[in-house]
Amino acid sequence: MADGDFGNAKSMSIIVTKGSLDWAYPPFILGTTAAAMDLEVTMFFTFYGLPLLNKKLDLKMTTLGNPAMKMPMAGMHMAMPNIVSALPGVDRGATTMMKNLFKKKGVASIEDLREAAVESEVRMIACQMTLDLFEMDRKDMIDGIELGGAATYIDVATKSDINLFI
Amino acid sequence: MADQTLNAEGLNCPLPIIKAKKALKGMEAGKVLEVRSTDPGSIADFAAFCTQTGNELLSSNTEGNIYLFEIKKS
Repeated sequence: MADGDFGNAKSMSIIVTKGSLDWAYPPFILGTTAAAMDLEVTMFFTFYGLPLLNKKLDLKMTTLGNPAMKMPMAGMHMAMPNIVSALPGVDRGATTMMKNLFKKKGVASIEDLREAAVESEVRMIACQMTLDLFEMDRKDMIDGIELGGAATYIDVATKSDINLFI
Repeated sequence: MADQTLNAEGLNCPLPIIKAKKALKGMEAGKVLEVRSTDPGSIADFAAFCTQTGNELLSSNTEGNIYLFEIKKS
């Protein structure tokens, strides 16, 4: 084990496919927690999940098409009608509100969770195909990641006790 | 009596666990870490954390809004 703890040889892999502010949380929460519980963790970042490896994160979210999202507002919980979500500035407002809510409730930022993942030696693989597809640059991404494709992931998955697709 | 205390008050999931792991990492085997949390989820989470990592959960108590755990490093 990374820190010399006694062998818990369990392992987990996560395919990370979504890169909005809200959807960035589940993979990083589970990845860092599993690592803290001595699992060997691999995260495979593909499609819209890949930008989560960029050094500079500017995560946003939208209430559009999300009827389950009810934000605390003026003492109540309000869902946003799609026609309102589509208005200019509403996404920006929802993003700011969500970030404030995270802070108020003591929820870590994605930057902090990602740093914890790096610290706890979570293996992070960037999907090479997505990198080419969206013309992203490896140089814009954090250190300590690897490049790989579907076969790399499948190899990891066959050896993992838990495989998640998020 | 704990050898080290971690104040995780005000922090939400998964930070109490991650910070506890970090604290335990720097401690010798047999030493006891006390964690203070305000996250009600930590009662179940520290039990699960200890089951998985093999560290011993010596105690799990609630004092008002504070959840107190004593974890002995394996």
